[in-house]
Amino acid sequence: MNFKLPSLFTRTSKVERNIDHFFDKVVMAGLLFRQAMRLYIEQGICPEFEDKMARVEALESESDRLRREIETELYVHTLIPDLRADVMSLLEDVDVLINLFEAGLFKFHIERPQFPATTLAELNRLLETVCDCVELLIASARAFFRDIQVVRDHNCKVQMLETEADKLSTSLLRRIFGSDLDVAQKVHLRYFVERIDELANTAEDISDRLSIYAIKRRI
Amino acid sequence: MDLSFLFFVSSGLFLGWSLGANDAANIFGTAVGSRMLRFSTAALVCSVFVVLGAVIDGAGAARTLGSLGGINEIAGAFATALAAALSVFMLVRMGLTASTTQAIVGAIVGWNLFTGSVTDTNTLLKILATWVLCPLLAGLFAVLLSKAVESCLSRFRPHLLRQDALTRLALILTGAFGAYTLGANNIANVMGVFTTVSPFLDLDVSGLLFSATQQLFLLGSLAIAVGIYTYSKRVMLTVGCKLLQVSPVSAWIIVVAHSLVLFLFASQALERQLIDWGLPPIPLVPVSSTQAVVGAVVGIGLLRGGHSVNWRLVGRIGCGWVSTPVVAALICMLCLFVLQDLLHLSVARPQHFVISEPALKRLKAQGLDTTTLKMLVDSEYGSAQQLIASAQSQQALDNDDQQKLIHFSLRSDFVLDHDRIGRLDREWFSRKQWLALNEAIGQRFEYRWQLEEALASRTEAWRLKPDLPGNKHFNQDLQQKLAHLYRTFEH
Repeated sequence: MNFKLPSLFTRTSKVERNIDHFFDKVVMAGLLFRQAMRLYIEQGICPEFEDKMARVEALESESDRLRREIETELYVHTLIPDLRADVMSLLEDVDVLINLFEAGLFKFHIERPQFPATTLAELNRLLETVCDCVELLIASARAFFRDIQVVRDHNCKVQMLETEADKLSTSLLRRIFGSDLDVAQKVHLRYFVERIDELANTAEDISDRLSIYAIKRRI
Repeated sequence: MDLSFLFFVSSGLFLGWSLGANDAANIFGTAVGSRMLRFSTAALVCSVFVVLGAVIDGAGAARTLGSLGGINEIAGAFATALAAALSVFMLVRMGLTASTTQAIVGAIVGWNLFTGSVTDTNTLLKILATWVLCPLLAGLFAVLLSKAVESCLSRFRPHLLRQDALTRLALILTGAFGAYTLGANNIANVMGVFTTVSPFLDLDVSGLLFSATQQLFLLGSLAIAVGIYTYSKRVMLTVGCKLLQVSPVSAWIIVVAHSLVLFLFASQALERQLIDWGLPPIPLVPVSSTQAVVGAVVGIGLLRGGHSVNWRLVGRIGCGWVSTPVVAALICMLCLFVLQDLLHLSVARPQHFVISEPALKRLKAQGLDTTTLKMLVDSEYGSAQQLIASAQSQQALDNDDQQKLIHFSLRSDFVLDHDRIGRLDREWFSRKQWLALNEAIGQRFEYRWQLEEALASRTEAWRLKPDLPGNKHFNQDLQQKLAHLYRTFEH
């Protein structure tokens, strides 16, 4: 029996802190992604963009490490046995978002898509909506651990923003494919629009699962 | 050590084992089923606290000899304990959760039927009523507690992991407390009847007195611990996950609801408080912890809409409850038949009932219509059933009158000598009561009521008070003491 009462709360506090840090990393990665993309739209690839991309990459590694540490603590010390699998799935799903931020910035850095000036306003709106959507999802995920009543409110907003993002991306794609650009470039730009929109879609998928986890968390 | 002691005590140990295999699951089943505690942790905590409860606090419960009090021969006690243990064991083998209390009550009724003793129908009906009331009350408590805990959680909003740690701690603490009370209250049922034949002697270990009763109870509690380790896991999983998949917080709520119900029906302090407030007291009767747990689990399930409850299993458990006392009574009668008619062992002390003239006067003073009973004066009866049947042929008697008639006409031989008084627990009696007992040394009585009157004539501390709510506790305590004296002084 490896059960020590004094260490029970110490261990719990440590895992609590790690979970909070994990979500902090995802929020920070989202903010950096938003800033880096603004820079890209305004100036293209610049040293500041590269700096932010490097920071997102570092955050991704750090979040992976934290996730593994949390996973180990939860399983080795059989914490939250009834919801452990749900918590792990949630953390892994959220980790996908930070991966998408990182991969998105890398793709922009490597492929440097050229958006026509007429599409930039809509691209900006899409980016803002998608980033807001992810931020709300993180708030919802945090609420799952502390206040399950709020999860539902946040998830509603996530779904609303995802629908908004879908509309914006469709409109943006229409504008791209209705322009005089070369077909190859149109297809290239479509790939990036879809990549940005995928963030909102992933956030919505996670929020759907989170709603179920929240129901299961009720006593 | 006397071999016959080992033989007889084996059924008590078997009952202890059954109690461990079954009742420990009621305390820790939901915690293990919800995976909040490992089985090994639960078994260790439960075993340690059962042993502590039995050894430290078991003696108090054993003074009244618990539910098996009426049984006055060791072979009878053997058969009763064996029948109760066998019926619990059969249900546990089926993976169902049995009720040890029901099995014991069933076995006692079986003993009464076989030996011609009269079962107190009022008490029996009271116990039967609690078998319906207890799961309902536990279910209600579980629902109310759930609502209260839910509102606390939404108010204080603890982190999921903090909530988990607190729930785990609460499960261990309430489980340990539950195990302690299980040991303290049930050891009398397991070992109480063997105290008179125990070969153990008081031990003085560096100033700490380890009494013969405590040694016997340690043996019984070890049997409970063996039951916990060897067989309780199956029942724990039935209670904890097959009946309904419970969350850790619900697991704790179930344990608390179950403990509250047991406390309600077992707390003398609460009864005294209710009487002081002028409220009707709750009857103090043995209730089944299994029924309380299953009631609480179903209550939580109904709160969630009832879809997740395994109703088929609930039905099987319900059938088990109905059949347990019947099966226990039948097994008990079979065992008694084997012991008495095949092995020629005495399973019940022979009793003689004679309605003497003075006894008739006392019955009249108690409010009984004795005109037709006069015809039975000085006739001798070999069993309470014969006495009642003969009296009933003269006039109809209700349950209370039957009990009075049995009490006032039971003839035996009560001897107050130094040796027997020395066996009494001095601490249990007041100074006045103790002095009166010592003054009566050397006296001999034919009837219980004569002994009672001899003591009552010496001091008011041995006199029953008028039947008022405020005097209920004093009268109950006095009757327990008198019952203990009858057993001790009967020759």
